[in-house]
Amino acid sequence: MTIVFDGVAAGMLLFLISIGLSVTLGLMNFVNLAHGAFAMLGGYVCVLLLGQAGWPFLLAVPTAAAAAALAGVVLERTLYRRLYAASHLDQVLFSIGIVFMSISAAHYFFGARQQPIMLPDFLLGQFVLPGIDVGIYRLFLIVIGLGLAYGLHWMVRRTRFGAQLRAAVDNPRAARGLGIDVDRVFTLAFALGSGLAGLGGALGVEMLGLDPGFPVKYMVYFLIVVAVGGSGNIHGSLIASLMLGLFDVCGKYYLPQVGAFIIYAVMVVMLIFKPQGLFGRSAAK
Amino acid sequence: MTAVLETRGLVKQFGGFIATSDVSLSVAAGARHALIGPNGAGKTTLINLLTGFLEPNAGAVILKGEDVTHLAQHQRVKRGLVRTFQINRLFADMTVLESVTLSVCERLGYGWNWWRPLAAHGAAVDEAAELLGTLRLLDVAHEKTRNLAYGRQRMIEIALALAAKPQVLLLDEPAAGVPTGESRELFDTIARLPREVTILLIEHDMELVFRFAERITVLVGGALLTEDVPEVIAKDKRVKEVYLGEALHD
Amino acid sequence: MTPAALDLSPLRRAAAWHPAEFAFWLLPPAAYFLFPDYLALLSQIAITALFVLSLDLILGYAGIVSLGQAAFFGLGAYAAGMLGKYGWGDPLLGLAAAAGVAGLIGFVTSFLVLRGADLTRLMVTLGVSMMLFEAANKMTDITGGVDGLQGIEMKPIFGAFSFDLYGKTAYWYTVIVLFLLFLLARRLVNSPFGLSLRGIKQNVLRMPAIGAPVHGRLVTIYTLAAAYAGIAGALLTQTTQFASVDVLAFNRSAEILLILVLGGSGSLYGALIGTVFFMVAHHFLSDINPQYWQFWLGATLVLIVLFARDGIMGLGRAAVARLGRKAP
Repeated sequence: MTIVFDGVAAGMLLFLISIGLSVTLGLMNFVNLAHGAFAMLGGYVCVLLLGQAGWPFLLAVPTAAAAAALAGVVLERTLYRRLYAASHLDQVLFSIGIVFMSISAAHYFFGARQQPIMLPDFLLGQFVLPGIDVGIYRLFLIVIGLGLAYGLHWMVRRTRFGAQLRAAVDNPRAARGLGIDVDRVFTLAFALGSGLAGLGGALGVEMLGLDPGFPVKYMVYFLIVVAVGGSGNIHGSLIASLMLGLFDVCGKYYLPQVGAFIIYAVMVVMLIFKPQGLFGRSAAK
Repeated sequence: MTAVLETRGLVKQFGGFIATSDVSLSVAAGARHALIGPNGAGKTTLINLLTGFLEPNAGAVILKGEDVTHLAQHQRVKRGLVRTFQINRLFADMTVLESVTLSVCERLGYGWNWWRPLAAHGAAVDEAAELLGTLRLLDVAHEKTRNLAYGRQRMIEIALALAAKPQVLLLDEPAAGVPTGESRELFDTIARLPREVTILLIEHDMELVFRFAERITVLVGGALLTEDVPEVIAKDKRVKEVYLGEALHD
Repeated sequence: MTPAALDLSPLRRAAAWHPAEFAFWLLPPAAYFLFPDYLALLSQIAITALFVLSLDLILGYAGIVSLGQAAFFGLGAYAAGMLGKYGWGDPLLGLAAAAGVAGLIGFVTSFLVLRGADLTRLMVTLGVSMMLFEAANKMTDITGGVDGLQGIEMKPIFGAFSFDLYGKTAYWYTVIVLFLLFLLARRLVNSPFGLSLRGIKQNVLRMPAIGAPVHGRLVTIYTLAAAYAGIAGALLTQTTQFASVDVLAFNRSAEILLILVLGGSGSLYGALIGTVFFMVAHHFLSDINPQYWQFWLGATLVLIVLFARDGIMGLGRAAVARLGRKAP
């Protein structure tokens, strides 16, 4: 049971990081393979603030998310925007370029080693329920993940920004006609996605690890979440992330000799038989 | 007259929307047949069903007495059923000669030849050049398609179809977007095609339709309204109402 | 008007050998004598060029995007490695086996890959290659995992030319294989079959309407390209007498994509020239500092996508066109 619990926590992290990709790839139709770079940025900022500057954890994590969001805005305004209309291949090449640059920048500033993270005392330790050891930090991750999933769902369904985003994605031209500032909406959506990735990266240092190879190591996982969960679908992404987290953690524990093979196989089979994802694309609309 | 192309009870649904409803149509060999109807009548859907781009939910497509309902698009082309597109579908980075030669090669079965260069396939190249001559495109034979004016590109759209030597040619608004003067030339070219080529034309411009067609089918809301010679259609009250209705909506 | 009125020479010129091409193919023999100390690097260049050529055939000509071409490279590398390890070290037999295995898997997976659109293809090709990578990584008793396949012994080519310590035989062997397969590819892209591939890339929806069986054409070229990649992988194993899971890594697939775009996709010489530039730069710059190399690589990629989409070949053509305009 403890393993299941860990799997759920890992799934929540994947959800936090992937939901932004679900928006850019799924809704805005931009293949951003560099999405993990924003998560990595959040991770490094968090580690730096905690370790070097001695900030408290609960302040460092949101700052890390903000830093990733800011980086997202800057890159979107200067570079990404030019490629919205480009082919998927161009977007792939461009974002691989960004990945390479981010990896070598991380190498340059932080070296190749895994970054340690010091969690605050109140998140350490675990308590024992019948049949399950509950790590407090794991529980913290699950609560935050659920809270954000609910918050995002509410934002997309109920707020003005959510309505504008849905309109801008469905039909940019018509949305412009209605007086929606589509460019601004896209920038904000991109910033939100990068910010969430940064948040996931910061919270994930303890579980997923953090080294310069991060953007490539988890790239396929993020893609799987989008592929399986369906584009821009919050519920779908959440369920897909949880499944993936469970598969991954349980698989590594019970079937180490098979490794990640199953996960890739599931993705390929999914893409072939249900190219719209298990949960379609309609639920977010 | 024998029918060269027929549909029997063709039905196509998209979700709950019925785009084509029980359409039975018969096009006689050598006909100059037009398919008209207001916007959204399902004309292009019907063409897509005929050519195999879409598969019907029910009904059959019969070409020269053979049921082709489940044949792939390219197999229907091989049997002589060829179409043009309402919106150009061209090979933008090929020269005009290359594009048309490509189409000729596919018809002659050269498409799998991978050893001898294109220029060595003299029969195909000569035939393509001859077709360009007929369509007055020789002067741009070595220009890239993307660099040509829209009217010329529209002519290439037809050239690609003619290179496949159609027995039945489906023209989906061939003059769409072409300036009036050039559209006349375009239609003259179509009118000069030999009688062995049966033509089914979709067109919005009623003047062109009545000048060209010898038989007219009217489609409304995915279903057949009526079919007759132009003189009768011109006097048909229901047809007038349909078009008047559209005019009022516009 | 009659066809005789049309000058067909531009069409013939397209397939005829240009003087610059003869000059280009004088470079490999020249390099042998000019840089005898760099034969290992030069062999690597020839192998990578062949690998990039395989991607050019599907991406540059037929428009199939792939992030998993390393799958076939790796299959070829292991096929040749296994044969060499268990006493079937004849190089040409190894090449044939590599082409066969990679081509077979290429043929089978083509049906998965070709079902979807660009995005699905990217992810399916990536997924298939990752599956192979993981499989090879875990089956250490067969593949040797990260440590690699040890004890590969190669017999002399045609029983006469044995692989020497200086890599002379290896160099001529790889260059000749590259040249022969290049000739084949050159034939292919200038033929009606090649034209139909370009047609599929430029307007896949039109092709069935002129009677072309799109799926069959794509399966064919995908299979052939897989065989090319397999041969490239086999050459690597045979000339280095080593193969590890690295031959299947994602980095390889991304790298050749990058080289192809750098050189100019949709042009065979783009693939070759891109490889030469990339490998030489890699060799000398990454010696200085591997991280800087990767950074500038990424930056170059971003710049190419934004400003020079047709790569070196595109820049070259633009320069030639400008010179042509200035000249009287």
